[in-house]
Amino acid sequence: MSAFQWTRKNLLGLRQLERVEIEHILETAKSFRDISLRSVKKVPALRGKTVANLFFEPSTRTRISFELAEKRLSADTIQISGSTSSMVKGETLKDTCRNIEALKVDIVVIRHSSSGAPHRMARHLNASVINAGDGLNEHPTQALLDMFTMMEKKGRIEGLRVSFIGDILHSRVARSNIWGLTKLGAKVTVCGPRTLIPAEIEELGVRVTTRLEEAVEDADVLNLLRIQLERQNQAFFPSIREYATAYQINTAILKKARPDVVIMHPGPVNRGIEITSDVVEGPYAVILDQVTYGLAVRMAVLFLLSGTLPETEKEDA
Amino acid sequence: MTPDKKILTSDEMKRALTRIAHEILERNLGTENLVLVGIRTRGVPLAQRIQKEIQKIEGREVPLGLLDITLYRDDLGEIGPLPRVGETKLPFDPTGKIIVLTDDVLYTGRTIRAALDAMIDFGRPKAIQLAVLIDRGHRELPIKADYVGKNIPTSKKEQVMVHLIESDAADEVIVRDRSGR
Repeated sequence: MSAFQWTRKNLLGLRQLERVEIEHILETAKSFRDISLRSVKKVPALRGKTVANLFFEPSTRTRISFELAEKRLSADTIQISGSTSSMVKGETLKDTCRNIEALKVDIVVIRHSSSGAPHRMARHLNASVINAGDGLNEHPTQALLDMFTMMEKKGRIEGLRVSFIGDILHSRVARSNIWGLTKLGAKVTVCGPRTLIPAEIEELGVRVTTRLEEAVEDADVLNLLRIQLERQNQAFFPSIREYATAYQINTAILKKARPDVVIMHPGPVNRGIEITSDVVEGPYAVILDQVTYGLAVRMAVLFLLSGTLPETEKEDA
Repeated sequence: MTPDKKILTSDEMKRALTRIAHEILERNLGTENLVLVGIRTRGVPLAQRIQKEIQKIEGREVPLGLLDITLYRDDLGEIGPLPRVGETKLPFDPTGKIIVLTDDVLYTGRTIRAALDAMIDFGRPKAIQLAVLIDRGHRELPIKADYVGKNIPTSKKEQVMVHLIESDAADEVIVRDRSGR
């Protein structure tokens, strides 16, 4: 092990992180993986610490994963969701922060529909801030768990060919993954209809294709992105059916894939749209492993941030 | 400043571990239900050596586990660098077993307190015993070792350094006076 020492107070995105920092989180997560396999699934590492989960946007698996990770580290937790908080009464994010500060919370996990909301909070708060998804910007813990899954299944990230398929434009999961994977030396391809690929994304060091076959052919990992049905009134493609015809991962297209390909999906899965049911249940899919590993990765992030001092870092906000 | 004192040579260390192996077997009437658990990091090679000694005497290999106590430390929230978390590997169910925890130096007892809490989270052992190469005194908790390689009266200003061939240049134990440094 290297002598690397974690110093960051916040986890706002993978864009800001150095390669060694990402590797350190993944390495630390290994130690947390087995805690959930014990009869007593709990360690006292965050005893006496308080974590606030602020979810201003709907979420099931990320919210539950964070909550469980916090509980398994023995932290005390409070849950605030958009619809039940004073935000609906018009309270600003800054005032929400002030109240959190007054309650002496140590770590704040935030999901927000505005890109940059966690960064703003980090500037106002002494507590550590973890970005659980902000607008179209980043979803760092999802990317970290995707990378952890790749490490577990493929043994490495360096040189790995990873293809993202679907709605790249609206995907903070893809963005965080691209930041992280390219830093660790993976070869990333993004694939989808032109309208769902952000302009100039090549500048991040990824290959772009609109042909599914090209993305599937020599990929070690296919990471599928959910078609965000709630956005389809904006007509990014003619119809769901047409999208499925061109970009669905099914048994037929997988005949062109490598025999050891691994299929990932951040969930929730739209069966029959971006992926067929038989592939979800099939031998290539590691979607539920991702959920399991997500817990270990989030425990690692919470643990690392709990050990840093308030004054150690503010410039990343 | 006084020079470093070597208080255990390689041969003495070997004899101490052989004796500890005999004492463990004598006290537990053999190897039935017996398992060794080394506390990371230097307790692990010591546990491996005791395992080999027991194998020589009884012709049986007792199971060996590794325990990382970082997440159970009582000083995690304190100021200072965050320690690295290592992997814990217990290739057995501790319930009903006689566990011999192994560490290099017994000092304040806080590491052992953490190790006891960690062990009990894995199951309900029949008994937990403690083997250490060096007991240097200055306990802050009511903890006592069952098997001791060597008792060394020390001052708190002194540092006890256990060097093992697995991770260092030689097998030896050295006491260094830090008061003048």
